[in-house]
Amino acid sequence: MSQTTIRPVRRARRQERSIFARALDIGLIFGVVAVYITVVGILPLINGRWIVVGVLSLGHAALIALGLGAGAAVAARRKSSKFWPLALPSLLAGAVAGGLLALLMLAMQFVNLRPIFIALSPAVQKALTFGLGVPAGPAVLVVASAMLAALGAALALAPAGMRKPVFVGLALATIFGVFQELIQIMMQFGPLIGEVRDAIYTWEGLTPAGALAIFVIGCGGALLWTSMLRAPFHDRLARSALVRRGYGNAVKAVLFVLLLVLIPVVAGSYIGQVMLLVGLYILMGMGLNLEVGLAGLLDLGFVAFFAVGAYATALLTADSPHALASYTALPSLSYWVAMPIAVACSVIVGVLFGIPVLGVRGDYLAVATMGLGEIVRVIVQSDMAAPLLGGAQGILQIPKPRIGGLELADPVELFYLTLAASAVAAYFAWRLENSRLGRAWMAIRDDEDVAQALGINLVQVKLLAYGLGAAFAGLAGSIFAVMLTSIYPSSFQLLISINVLALIIVGGMGSLPGVVVGAVALVGLPELLREFGEFRYLFYGAALIIMMRIKPEGLWPSATRRRELRAAVEGAPDEPREIAAQAAGP
Amino acid sequence: MSEVAASRAWLPKLTSLSRFTFVDVVLWGLRLGVVVIVVGGTVGTLIKGRYGAAQWLDFLVFGVTIGSVYSLVALGYTMVYGVLRLINFAHGDIMMTGAFSGYFVASHFAETGLLDRNPALAMLGILVVAVTTSTAIALLTERLAYRPFRHVRGLAPLICAIGVSFFLEQTFRGAFGSGIRAYPDPKWQKQAISIHGYSVPLVQVLVVITALVSMSILYFIVQRTRMGTAMRAVSEDADAAVLMGIDVNRVVVFTFALGGAMAGIAGVCYAFVFKQVYFFMGFTPGIKAFGAAVLGGIGSVPGAMLGGLFLGIVESIGPALFLDGIGIPAPYQLRDLIAFTLLIMVLIFRPYGIMGERMAKKRA
Repeated sequence: MSQTTIRPVRRARRQERSIFARALDIGLIFGVVAVYITVVGILPLINGRWIVVGVLSLGHAALIALGLGAGAAVAARRKSSKFWPLALPSLLAGAVAGGLLALLMLAMQFVNLRPIFIALSPAVQKALTFGLGVPAGPAVLVVASAMLAALGAALALAPAGMRKPVFVGLALATIFGVFQELIQIMMQFGPLIGEVRDAIYTWEGLTPAGALAIFVIGCGGALLWTSMLRAPFHDRLARSALVRRGYGNAVKAVLFVLLLVLIPVVAGSYIGQVMLLVGLYILMGMGLNLEVGLAGLLDLGFVAFFAVGAYATALLTADSPHALASYTALPSLSYWVAMPIAVACSVIVGVLFGIPVLGVRGDYLAVATMGLGEIVRVIVQSDMAAPLLGGAQGILQIPKPRIGGLELADPVELFYLTLAASAVAAYFAWRLENSRLGRAWMAIRDDEDVAQALGINLVQVKLLAYGLGAAFAGLAGSIFAVMLTSIYPSSFQLLISINVLALIIVGGMGSLPGVVVGAVALVGLPELLREFGEFRYLFYGAALIIMMRIKPEGLWPSATRRRELRAAVEGAPDEPREIAAQAAGP
Repeated sequence: MSEVAASRAWLPKLTSLSRFTFVDVVLWGLRLGVVVIVVGGTVGTLIKGRYGAAQWLDFLVFGVTIGSVYSLVALGYTMVYGVLRLINFAHGDIMMTGAFSGYFVASHFAETGLLDRNPALAMLGILVVAVTTSTAIALLTERLAYRPFRHVRGLAPLICAIGVSFFLEQTFRGAFGSGIRAYPDPKWQKQAISIHGYSVPLVQVLVVITALVSMSILYFIVQRTRMGTAMRAVSEDADAAVLMGIDVNRVVVFTFALGGAMAGIAGVCYAFVFKQVYFFMGFTPGIKAFGAAVLGGIGSVPGAMLGGLFLGIVESIGPALFLDGIGIPAPYQLRDLIAFTLLIMVLIFRPYGIMGERMAKKRA
């Protein structure tokens, strides 16, 4: 309601502003982004990675993308497709964006900023001024970004039939350049593939010819697909027997799982390791999804359950003085016995954790659960619990699980364990979502008082949410313990809770496929781009803000879950404020 | 349903024992456990008599010092919550930005010698830069991250605030490095001044005085100025305030500015007490200060001041008084444990704080 009252006013105001003022704004925004990634150190870091050897580094590619983006932003939401009215504004936007970066370069020339901003090394200055020195370098920067912005605007206005193939080609070339190490490892099998690899790659990255070839293949493929292949393919698909009988989704799922099983075999143990980690986060994400996505209980102490699973496994199986077997009559258990016990421990802790915060609502709940999680960490880390839990030194020598004579030592084998666990967990999560309990959770998420009035036992339902959510985390923790074979309290920081929260928000709260998408995007990608490792939390923070602002329902939302975030916008009680805000506005 | 009813009324009437559920048992166990630890520990410590009067005074003074810093931070939480009903999760990090910018000025002054030659001027310079930075960042976060959520209910604003907190931390980490930087430690700060034969480090006295002066100014602004009155009006009833012609937008901006300024001062004070800055330093004091704000009754300015002081003192005396007595090794490692336990106990048992229940009714 309030949205409809406020939109016309804002739109009218936006149209009154000249295209140049808007271009200036866009230029400033993109310039600030460019300066920000330089100052924070992202640009210097990624500048070391070639996309095309000797020609284009990832850092320069990012700047080029920013320049093109500025132009495209100027062209966005224009109704006419004529380029010339936009030529000057887009040049302006690009020049402003490049100008801000040029100003930074000038500042670096005359003031030594290094003692304060550690990322601003002379190497960065050299890279950003193209080694041209002071008057020339910044000038080139401004001119180049203005040209890029104009190009971006032109591209954005080009017909889709032309724009899309170019985009696909560029994206494909970028992917082959950025992930060159992985792709090279994958391409080492077979004589023919090996020759193709040698043709397009040197050991450092793509050769210019290789990049061009990939771009052309991408372009051509995209053109071919849209113009000739797409329609017959969809036609065939729709007529195929399996789809007609309604097995389409099942086939997709089977293909997906097959792909997951095959990838680590082809790609080697590094990819296996990454996929293992992603799998663990998917498990945790599914657990937190029950609490936050379904029941609406924002739990920031989630890492405690993960820790309980890991520590329980360690205490039951490890070959160390802290293990239960070394000072009690308990035998040292095999992993397969210890894992269910660890999960059970997590459930118990989850319920005990939930009881005190039963009556705490909304925002306070987030802080209270975070406090509980921190208490767990402080206790585990302290000397008080050191005799039992190993203190800051942790527990070492946790054996890997064995099946018969086979020890699951390789990350790939552990990945299959995680995959199996995730499949089982996903089945449970999916059934829970559509069960009576799942609907009760959604009811308390939407309105606790109404849910209670409808006869939902709040205590039981909430405790089940904590307990079942904890079970998933406990399972993940148990695998985590055998993955590392040693655990330390420092592995169980609040950051993990935030990480899991971020991934279910990026994926889409309450959506199972969303958990997978979120985990791949937030855990898998930073792990593959190892340079990004130290910036991943920056991306998590940014992802939380941006997703909440732009796409609160997530990348892969479940259809019924948008209300939680979207419907709240149209709150009647706040309407007077809106009207007043408009009235008082400038 | 009966369990639910009993579990909702957090003080179950013992006359209806049949409604005394498992949940109540756990909650009463929690209460009793804390009481037993506090009483038992106190008795144990006092019997052992390991600490003399001077040491207790040390603890107390340090508690007041750190507590006054918590109070300054808690004010930001409480004012923003009052006006927007939003937990500004990033407030601790805004304090960090103040401490960090103060650090660069302070180390510059230390190099040029100004910090030793003219301490008053140098400290003023440091404070001005810190307050400017933290206020600017508080206003920026309000404009860019919080304003779009002004009328959104549910989890979105809080999640966004968590994102802001991480974003600020990691931005500072990227720009200024992840290492711990040592704050300058001029000689005059180490001097002890003697009060009735008991000596207190000058830094601590200065921190307490700075905090008290800032809080007095803030109290004056909130109670006596037009803007402060508007702030209280919005906090009381935002819709009615709008009808009275108050520009809510300006009030919100003003609130964030005030909170940011207080956080900047707090950051410099905190850094001068602990002599170090790093990107994550704002997190723990931030959470504790939020606890202090809730303890004092969120939305209440004097409540936040008292809550901060109380938390600081409990946290400082607690390890020695409660934990040493029951034979816990290295109780100082558990200082945060005491603060977090207090936070959780308050959130669970007295979410409306110790100063009254006005806000609690509104929350429900």
